[in-house]
Amino acid sequence: MDLQTLTYIVVGFTFALYIGIAFWARAGTTGEFYAAGRGVHPVANGMATAADWMSAASFISMAGLIAFNGYGASVFLMGWTGGYVLLALLLAPYLRKFGKFTVPEFIGDRYYSRTARIVAVICLILASVTYVIGQMKGIGVAFSRFLETDYDTGLFIGMGIVFIYAVMGGMKGITYTQIAQYCVLIFAYTVPAVFVSLNITGNPIPQMGIGSTMADGSGTFMLDKLDQVVTDLGFKEYTTQVMGSKLNMFVYTLSLMIGTAGLPHVIIRFFTVPKVKDARSSAGWALVFIAILYTTAPAVGSMARLNLMNTIQTGEVGTVEGNIEIANVPQWMLNWEKTGLLQWEDKNGDGRIQYYNDKNAEFVAKAEAWGWKGNEMTKVDRDIMVLANPEIAKLPNWVIALVVAGGLAAALSTAAGLLLAIASSISHDLLKGVFMPDISEKNELMAGRIAMAGAIGLAGYFGLHPPDFAAGTVAIAFGLAASSIFPVLMMGIFYKKMNRAGAIWGMISGIGVTMLYVFQHKGIMFVPGTSFLGDMGPNWFLGISPNAFGAVGALVNFAVATVVSKVTAPPPDHIQHLVEDIRVPKGAGAASDH
Amino acid sequence: MNKTAEQYWKANIRLVSILLVIWFACSFLFGIILVEPLNTIKIGGVGLGFWFAQNGSIYTFLVLIYVYTKRMNALDVEFDVHED
Repeated sequence: MDLQTLTYIVVGFTFALYIGIAFWARAGTTGEFYAAGRGVHPVANGMATAADWMSAASFISMAGLIAFNGYGASVFLMGWTGGYVLLALLLAPYLRKFGKFTVPEFIGDRYYSRTARIVAVICLILASVTYVIGQMKGIGVAFSRFLETDYDTGLFIGMGIVFIYAVMGGMKGITYTQIAQYCVLIFAYTVPAVFVSLNITGNPIPQMGIGSTMADGSGTFMLDKLDQVVTDLGFKEYTTQVMGSKLNMFVYTLSLMIGTAGLPHVIIRFFTVPKVKDARSSAGWALVFIAILYTTAPAVGSMARLNLMNTIQTGEVGTVEGNIEIANVPQWMLNWEKTGLLQWEDKNGDGRIQYYNDKNAEFVAKAEAWGWKGNEMTKVDRDIMVLANPEIAKLPNWVIALVVAGGLAAALSTAAGLLLAIASSISHDLLKGVFMPDISEKNELMAGRIAMAGAIGLAGYFGLHPPDFAAGTVAIAFGLAASSIFPVLMMGIFYKKMNRAGAIWGMISGIGVTMLYVFQHKGIMFVPGTSFLGDMGPNWFLGISPNAFGAVGALVNFAVATVVSKVTAPPPDHIQHLVEDIRVPKGAGAASDH
Repeated sequence: MNKTAEQYWKANIRLVSILLVIWFACSFLFGIILVEPLNTIKIGGVGLGFWFAQNGSIYTFLVLIYVYTKRMNALDVEFDVHED
């Protein structure tokens, strides 16, 4: 059976499964729509959280970033897992004890202020919409490869599918669908990793393969070999290259960690478990399921890079026969060329491809002596690496089909979870909570669904011109969440004297500083050409990239909130009692809706 | 807050602080700040600093959450603030 047919069958089957589950578990009440009626077991909840969490950025984009940034990409590995420690230790049990549906609801009650609730809604929507844009990029890449069309068409089809099932299911449907999606995506990620690791190192466990020797009998360690292959072509050494600077890596990691603990669609998960005890263990289970993919990713990234380099540089560097002939490029390169995400150009007209670092002056001098006239792989979109990896490694077609299905599962599950967070903040927090308290349950559900549709359209529009690779765009979303939501949640629990004015000004200044920094380097609302400082290293504050700036924003938030709370009236007594109450698990009843 | 609730909260803060120190050490300290010196120690073909940054920190995070959950559930019972 040819690859295309097989892919249609595998993807079609998994989609039928998701839609079937969404229909079976569709939401009838607002409680089920927002919080799955709080009847979800911690292990199931952990698995659904993992699927919700691991998006196109984790599945499709992260290994590509690791492949091209080596050690520097560690910020994603540590940042996107370490946040769960903060979530479990500092937020999840208390928010569950509090027992409401949404994050702005907690902020509104804890800071006894409608204004605080509205500010929280705005911060939440900004972070979530940016996050969905990142997902749309991933969906566009996966669909364009799957249907062999260009990126834009792939994106439009993906939007349609997200619309159908996120709008129908609500949280209850999404939770059960996500469990199925987790199984598909983790299987799809680990199976090719095992094959590739076996091929390259002879060790079937990718986590160990990365530290093993090459299977070619040379006795060289895989990572040493990779370091040598990339430095031979003028690229930076894989195991030591940093991302920007070490300070930037530090701040980047911190930003992703506290962003993880501040993202509404993840926090919302801990409202869906029956008990406070379960909220603690749910975070642990979620991390177990996430860790399976995250500890595999370094092997996938490094081995994909090695395979890619070896595909083009087939022999000794500098010899004529050392480079692949264009007439003989493998089928996977032709497949990806159609999507526009992989391009090459025969600059020196020798009928072969030279792939090297033409920004490295020292190496360029050598390359010119060999008659090389610039890097001929003119475009290698990093986001294609995971999807292309099984093809590059010549794995059987069913594995390739499976990876496409896994990538789609990852992107769709996260997009659905985020859209739900957006919908609930608009229909529950803005409409029911502030503007139309008398709204009927039926109309509230309807408003939530309309809000979802609007968010899909908006994210799709920006997805046509994403500000960065899927993982980079997602990192900006984390920065926005880190600088606004996390600090006020944490202070709301651990600092009894934090008051209304402190929280409001903290959120506004934190997200304000972060957005200003991102926009001045990446363009206003990411529109190219409107950035007034240019997106380049020398203009960055202390060399901190815009993607990493959320941690600085969070510090500003903490500082401003503390100062403002010292000079304004302390919170009333009943709020201080509320804080004491959420600190002990006893008495956590079922959720109440005001 | 009555006496036991206050002691419960203190014990909680103590536990969380210790765990967060380890959280910081296994990621920021070993994975970023001290990565070069640690990389001189090799396990298999991987430098120790590189390993902490890409694998070791994640395993440590898992242990931290496990210990936290165990200890907190025990504290809940000890101070009689557990759920019914």
